[in-house]
Amino acid sequence: MAAAPTIVPDSVTDVADGLRAVGYLPSESASLVSFLATKLGKPVLVEGPAGVGKTQLAKSLAEYLGRSLVRLQCYEGLDEAKALYEWNYRKQLLRIQATGEQEAWEDIFAEDFLLTRPLLQAIASAEPVVLLIDEIDKTDQEFEAMLLEVLSDFQISIPELGVIESRTHPIVVLTSNNSRELTEALKRRCLYLWLDYPGVEREMEIVRLHAPDLDEALARRLVEVIHMIRQLDMKKPPSIAESIDWARALLLLGAEDIDRSMFERTMSIIVKHRTDIDLVSERVGVRLAGALGSEQAEATG
Amino acid sequence: MSAEALPPGLAPRLIAFCEELRSEGVAVGTSEILDAFEALEAVPWTDPADFREALASTIAKSQEDRRVFELIFDRFFFRAAEAEAVSREIREGGDGAGSERLDPDQLRQAIREAIAENQESDMRDLARLAIAAFGRRGEGSGVVGVDVQRIRRTLGLTPQAPGNQDAEGPPIDREGINRFERHLRRELERGLIERTEKLPPARPLADLDRTLPTSPSQDLAAVHRAVAQLKRRLATLGHEQRGRRSNSIVDVRRTMRASLETGGVPLRLRHRPKRPRRPEILVLCDVSTSVTSASVFFLSVVHALHDSFRKLRSFVFIERISEVTDVFEDERDFREISRKISQEGGVADISGYTDYGRVWREFAEEIADDLHPRSTVIVLGDARTNGREPHAEIFAEVTERAGRTFWLNPEPKLYWNYGDSVMAAYERHCTAAFECWTTRHLEDFVNVVAGGRVRED
Repeated sequence: MAAAPTIVPDSVTDVADGLRAVGYLPSESASLVSFLATKLGKPVLVEGPAGVGKTQLAKSLAEYLGRSLVRLQCYEGLDEAKALYEWNYRKQLLRIQATGEQEAWEDIFAEDFLLTRPLLQAIASAEPVVLLIDEIDKTDQEFEAMLLEVLSDFQISIPELGVIESRTHPIVVLTSNNSRELTEALKRRCLYLWLDYPGVEREMEIVRLHAPDLDEALARRLVEVIHMIRQLDMKKPPSIAESIDWARALLLLGAEDIDRSMFERTMSIIVKHRTDIDLVSERVGVRLAGALGSEQAEATG
Repeated sequence: MSAEALPPGLAPRLIAFCEELRSEGVAVGTSEILDAFEALEAVPWTDPADFREALASTIAKSQEDRRVFELIFDRFFFRAAEAEAVSREIREGGDGAGSERLDPDQLRQAIREAIAENQESDMRDLARLAIAAFGRRGEGSGVVGVDVQRIRRTLGLTPQAPGNQDAEGPPIDREGINRFERHLRRELERGLIERTEKLPPARPLADLDRTLPTSPSQDLAAVHRAVAQLKRRLATLGHEQRGRRSNSIVDVRRTMRASLETGGVPLRLRHRPKRPRRPEILVLCDVSTSVTSASVFFLSVVHALHDSFRKLRSFVFIERISEVTDVFEDERDFREISRKISQEGGVADISGYTDYGRVWREFAEEIADDLHPRSTVIVLGDARTNGREPHAEIFAEVTERAGRTFWLNPEPKLYWNYGDSVMAAYERHCTAAFECWTTRHLEDFVNVVAGGRVRED
């Protein structure tokens, strides 16, 4: 990892090409915002429905820029000890026992006794990193407030040690599924990027990039079916990753067309909710059979 | 890549632009403006798409803000360009339409196709043709909004249900017509500016414009979120808390225990906690023609309510009332529900005009016996009686029996009690009445319902 030189892009097209090269097809706004993030050193807040590649954007960005990725997965009840740092109590105790109590007080609060958690790790890293704070909307507001210091000044204050400032400027990507409104203060410090499901053409490209052996006509059909499914009112619409999985599965099965039986056999790859399965097989399955019927009619007629 | 790369006039322009965004309620802070400038130094500002994106990502920090941003961006830079054109006395050559006169039918056909195929540039050209053909430029009413509607009517552009497709070409929906109207409006404004050589005052955005376009899945999700919130709130604060302490039971054991603190003197009474009761909700939804635009929203609210509450009965009404609880319980897909309701709702009436008086009478006769202080009645309707007897006294009886009654009206408060709206007569008997046509209003409703009446414990 250290061998790869970190890249500093010069223009928006550089970023777009770079992301493409590592297998991520960015939308125009995604590449522009990524470029601004590298230029301005501001965190990026990415919002959008589940499964449109928000997390993947951060990963690909790290890969393209030759930086390592530090990931902080947020969840309800995440606290500073898990996100920032924690003192290594056992080591401190051992030290106190090993040396006399008087001397130990001096140095048990040193960096040696610090357990770094993702945020501190990203700030203190000697190499520039990409910091991914995933699903920030899952945490509570207190945690968000704590993040403000990290995000605006890239520093962490530890009472016993003082302020640790970042040696290099990390690129910070925050993702949110919009399950709650984030605070204005946090938004103010970020660049904002809304990712949505891609259009048919771009999703085609994505699918074909990840399943290059798939026949073009079949890929188009697949993406059209996926788009049809996303139109339905579902609990969990299929994500981009799932369309890629489906494409690979169809390849493995050697499918030539998505007809009704093929669809019903492989449907579980893209639809993962019982009520959704009913809904999809009722709506889409039927329509596929219709399309197949008309095609056969054309072939015979 | 440096500050002087920006043209000198840009900074004041951008600040004026941000001012305008602020006046529309987008919170643009100074730090955001600074960010925008920094961003514009990093990207080539000569590229319109990059320019817009760079501004948007630094200024608009949510999807709603982004929507307002787009509208204001278009308006602001359109006006700026026009102002510049006026000051430099540049005019577009001719009327553009003189050379090829289309007859109205051809034009209508072409517009329909352009809308169906979503060809923005074609729509723009056709809008100019339509203005030339119908707008009678010299003698137009001078009010852009009036002219737009006049042209639209002359062209016979009305949204069609996909079912009754006539020979006129591809069916077009409301959204498509709206897009075309935007082009019409813009072209009319351009003409007006050219004639008068000055800019008309900018109007604030209409509320309906700034709400997100009704893509069913997104809107539904937002409605469902608001309703889920409503559910939590309703579950924790029931009607019984109005009485507070008056009829609660003293918990002897806990009182004695508490008295230990004060040396055995029971200074503080402890009460038995009241169990929150499961709310029972009855939703009445107007689906008549006067609320056509809102009824999709209303039905989605009912849909979401059904998702969250088990004890819920829903009714739709026009002239008569009809229970549709089963439809919602059997069917999950929203579009299917609205189809079923419009076809088999049992409210298919001859006139299609709401008869509130009759609805209350029927409701009182058939359902009111099931009402009790625990039930919450939610009415979704515009209270427009079409001149018929409102029978507010029967409504009063209904509200009397029910614990709480809320009225959600799809019209702005300004229009209440104008014309045949008898909102005031009903509002008196409701626990509260709200205007409600966007998810934001729905959230407000939820907040007010919860507001100030937090559980004690």
